[in-house]
Amino acid sequence: MKCFTQLRATAAALIDQGKLMANVDTDMIIPKQFLKTTERDGLSEGLFYDLKTRPDGSADPDFVLNRPAYQQAGILIAGDNFGCGSSREHAPWALLDQGISCIIAPSYADIFYNNCGKNGLLPIALPQAVCDALADQAGGGNMVFEIDLETQCVIGPDGVAHPFEIDPGLRDKLLTGMDDIAMSLISEADISAYEQIHQQQRPWLTPK
Amino acid sequence: MAGRTLYDKIWDQHVVSSDARTGESLLYIDLHLIHEVTTPQAFAGLRAAGRKVRRPDLTLAVADHNTPTENQALGLAGVADEAARNQLAALTQNVAEHGITFFPMGDPRNGIVHVVGPEQGRSQPGMTIVCGDSHTSTHGAFGALAHGIGTSEVEHVLATQTLRARKMQNMAINFSGRLRPGVSAKDLALHLISVIGTAGGTGAVMEFRGAAIEALSMEGRMTLCNLSIEGGARAGLIAPDATTFSYMKGRPSAPDAQAWPAAEAYWRSLYSDEDAHWDRVVDIDAAEVEPTVSWGTSPEQAIPVSGRVPRLEEMTDPNKRAATERALHYMGLESGQAIAGTPVQRVFIGSCTNSRIEDLRAVARLVSGQKVVDSVRAMIVPGSGLVRAQAEGEGLDQIFRAAGFEWREPGCSMCLGMNPDILAPGERCASTSNRNFEGRQGRGGRTHLMSPELAARAALTGVIG
Ligand code: SF4
Repeated sequence: MKCFTQLRATAAALIDQGKLMANVDTDMIIPKQFLKTTERDGLSEGLFYDLKTRPDGSADPDFVLNRPAYQQAGILIAGDNFGCGSSREHAPWALLDQGISCIIAPSYADIFYNNCGKNGLLPIALPQAVCDALADQAGGGNMVFEIDLETQCVIGPDGVAHPFEIDPGLRDKLLTGMDDIAMSLISEADISAYEQIHQQQRPWLTPK
Repeated sequence: MAGRTLYDKIWDQHVVSSDARTGESLLYIDLHLIHEVTTPQAFAGLRAAGRKVRRPDLTLAVADHNTPTENQALGLAGVADEAARNQLAALTQNVAEHGITFFPMGDPRNGIVHVVGPEQGRSQPGMTIVCGDSHTSTHGAFGALAHGIGTSEVEHVLATQTLRARKMQNMAINFSGRLRPGVSAKDLALHLISVIGTAGGTGAVMEFRGAAIEALSMEGRMTLCNLSIEGGARAGLIAPDATTFSYMKGRPSAPDAQAWPAAEAYWRSLYSDEDAHWDRVVDIDAAEVEPTVSWGTSPEQAIPVSGRVPRLEEMTDPNKRAATERALHYMGLESGQAIAGTPVQRVFIGSCTNSRIEDLRAVARLVSGQKVVDSVRAMIVPGSGLVRAQAEGEGLDQIFRAAGFEWREPGCSMCLGMNPDILAPGERCASTSNRNFEGRQGRGGRTHLMSPELAARAALTGVIG
């Protein structure tokens, strides 16, 4: 897995009716027709598909990620409960494929949050007012944000630093980029020992 | 020792090891359900690392998300969409390579993963159950800790039969009182989500408790637990009881007569202690719940079917107002209008929320001898081949066909529209599924979530009500 330590990048904000868009769901992030792939790459094509294209399939020039100033954005700012809905890991894959490796929002849905950590995508939770203030500065061009995971801090283009909290396990994982499976397999003896007792106590759990 | 909740008990029972510093535990998984959409990258990962599936016998595969709902007997050759066919072929190959039990498309035991697990008796009280699908919460109806996982986690479970997990909070949802006649588990669930919001259960496992829950059938409990994820909770739980045990008995993978007494004795220990600690508590009087329907693009945007959609002028929170405005616009509804009487063009009865035999019987009771109005195209998609066969055995298909419903073959179908069953832009659908997100059932499609009873009525009248 890719690790995440620091990032200097421009940001794009998802705005609707003048407000940061809340409840951005996984169907919105990557609609189902893009889930038929057997690969992890190339999913940026489907990222926010219904938002970025018109019904005839042409690009909607008004959508933030279609605007030239935001095509290089490495950070996405959104409203409450980002990533709600399905468990599809295609959502973080599509964001990463687009070049976005950090999200800033007031809150996240559990499964999406978890999926981010498995892929080197940093989900930062900050209060609504801070998200709104950062969104105001997301102007593309030279409006560069600095994210430092080690010191747990976001510095906006105005130079104001905003410390953030993050789950220590997730932080470790992102900083080292280590592979969960390899780590868990270190406990192989524990798993086998558990399994043996578990099966003895509850033999009906093992299908005949 | 302080009392423990049902969640605490299942959790404690399955911890293999814990890392105090990160707060992560390795949780043993008793049942891993898999399907075609969220597994190809996981199997590719295993292959790349030269790893094997640790417990193929604790893994069960179905094909459900992008299977067509007709001509399934043709097998993969009958799947017109090439990408879907490739994905189904990849699953077929992966399960063969790793020796995993698989009910392929066309097998009568195949169907929606969350219908098949319980139906086969694979989902049992006290288990840990995961699947790369957020509605895995359904299996919590049996008193199992069941939740959705991402594809990286699918790979992790395949390789280790464990999940790296963090203990969640305990949330009690107490439903006092009894549901009124004509009010179903679906109404109860939509009502709950409209009260607590789609993030109301974030970070928690919800346990549904109280008289209204005890009175629910197993299928009603599955409908309710299915929707816990729409209330933000990864998992929902209901303590197993006599209703659970009698549902389990005789199912193919349920404990046999010899193992049953020990199993049942264990199951009877699975309840929250009187003095257990709850991090959050919500109390709802079930008797006050009315038939409920969603009006917007989030399951929390739900109201009694006799009610009106929100009036924008009355909304004080600017963020809520913006979200409401967007939803009203997408749904083609006017601020403050009554929801009853809104015309629909499509009716979808199906999905892991409401596609079981009781749901179909409820629909049949209402539509028997009646006709679907000309302005509506209505389809019924049973949750599994066995549900379909049972319905046909009871003659329900005759009732549906005579009324003008399409009687389809099993699968997820129009719940998410990965197969050819989708809404056209602007089409409005009365749907028994679980998500009304923008574009969920087809780009520009407008979904109103409701019970099978309300959906059946919409088919007969052409309007919500
Ligand atoms: S029926 Fe719908 S919600 Fe259920 S598993 Fe299929 S796609 Fe997911």
